[in-house]
Amino acid sequence: MSFRTAQIRLVSSHREVYEPCDDSFALVDALLSDRNNLIEHHPTLCMEVGSGSGYIITSLALMLGQEASGVHYIATDINPHAVRVTRETLEAHGVHSELITTDIASGLEKRLAGLVDVMVVNPPYVPTPEDEVGREGIASAWAGGENGRIVIDKILPIADNLLSDKGWLYVVTLTANNPSEICLQMRQKGYAARIVVQRSTEEESLHVIKFWRDFDTQVDLKEMAATNKTVPARVMESLVSQFPLSAFWRSGPQ
Amino acid sequence: MRLLTHNMLSSNIKGVANGFPLRIEVEKVVEKKVDLNADFLRNIFPKIEWKAFAEAARTLGYAELPEDADSSFLDSDDFLDKFHHALLELHLEEGALICPETGRRFPVNKGIPNMLLHEDEV
Ligand SMILES: C[S@@+](CC[C@H](N)C(=O)[O-])C[C@H]1O[C@@H](n2cnc3c(N)ncnc32)[C@H](O)[C@@H]1O
Repeated sequence: MSFRTAQIRLVSSHREVYEPCDDSFALVDALLSDRNNLIEHHPTLCMEVGSGSGYIITSLALMLGQEASGVHYIATDINPHAVRVTRETLEAHGVHSELITTDIASGLEKRLAGLVDVMVVNPPYVPTPEDEVGREGIASAWAGGENGRIVIDKILPIADNLLSDKGWLYVVTLTANNPSEICLQMRQKGYAARIVVQRSTEEESLHVIKFWRDFDTQVDLKEMAATNKTVPARVMESLVSQFPLSAFWRSGPQ
Repeated sequence: MRLLTHNMLSSNIKGVANGFPLRIEVEKVVEKKVDLNADFLRNIFPKIEWKAFAEAARTLGYAELPEDADSSFLDSDDFLDKFHHALLELHLEEGALICPETGRRFPVNKGIPNMLLHEDEV
């Protein structure tokens, strides 16, 4: 089967909507490289936070199929123009996602908790002055405040609440975001992590990190709580071996 | 917006205790046929708040759903057809969602609910 995401057309654009860029391509490449796992994962509900042009969610829907396959999609963006462009991109490719204009997943936390099997996020991650974060218009597409972490740090606990037991989360990060620290933070919530794609451009080094709830991690956490020890050595080793700029991709069942 | 999404949305205004279900104000409903997947329907059924769902379907002009439903209904093809139609084929294209506690109106345009809050509501 020829793969169609390479042909995603931007049918619509808007000067206040983020156009697909290196980070968007890295995320789609990550999803493509994990495609067989994703298909075997049999997700029921996939979600994108910050869908922008719709490039990612449209690619995912083409990759995993629609209602007949039992896969459903929901995408949000804080920028109303972006959500409208997402709709047009989806329609132009004959796929459907439910869409909501909202801050991250506000309004969904209660009833959608524990139902999302795959979440994808290319967040605003550029370090900027704090007051640029969440402003109206295109700045909110990239402005991430101190270390570019403000929006990411809001998204992670919300993702943890929405993800199902078998839920997977794919997030784009920049080296400046301190991705190993993000992994440690997620580890404390019981998630294992793997770098799916690592890519350096002239200005930045991007990582697409995949998180999943991990039984071993949860056992480690219980041990830590019981023995009052800090992060076990082997956890640190596996994280350090992946960062920074490591071209080493851990292979594994996930 | 499908009724599946309506069933997952609550009013997000600060201080609201019972923000579910959002009342629906209808301006325009569209129907789009999609393939039925019985496994999906069986898996999602326990997650659906049935009363809110049946009421929402009625508001959109579809009155074929029973008032109450339990998992034994899922053996009936007729029930699955109706459940599928109301859950996935009816779209609120234009209208609004109303917070049941405060009456705050969240507009729905081109099928997209806008849940953004004003500063004093966050
Ligand atoms: C880097 S762009 C990515 C756009 C698109 N997903 C892509 O990969 O090309 C980040 C997107 O997140 C949106 N965004 C920023 N803050 C948000 C928030 N608090 N809630 C939802 N979306 C947000 C922006 O409007 C923007 O569309």
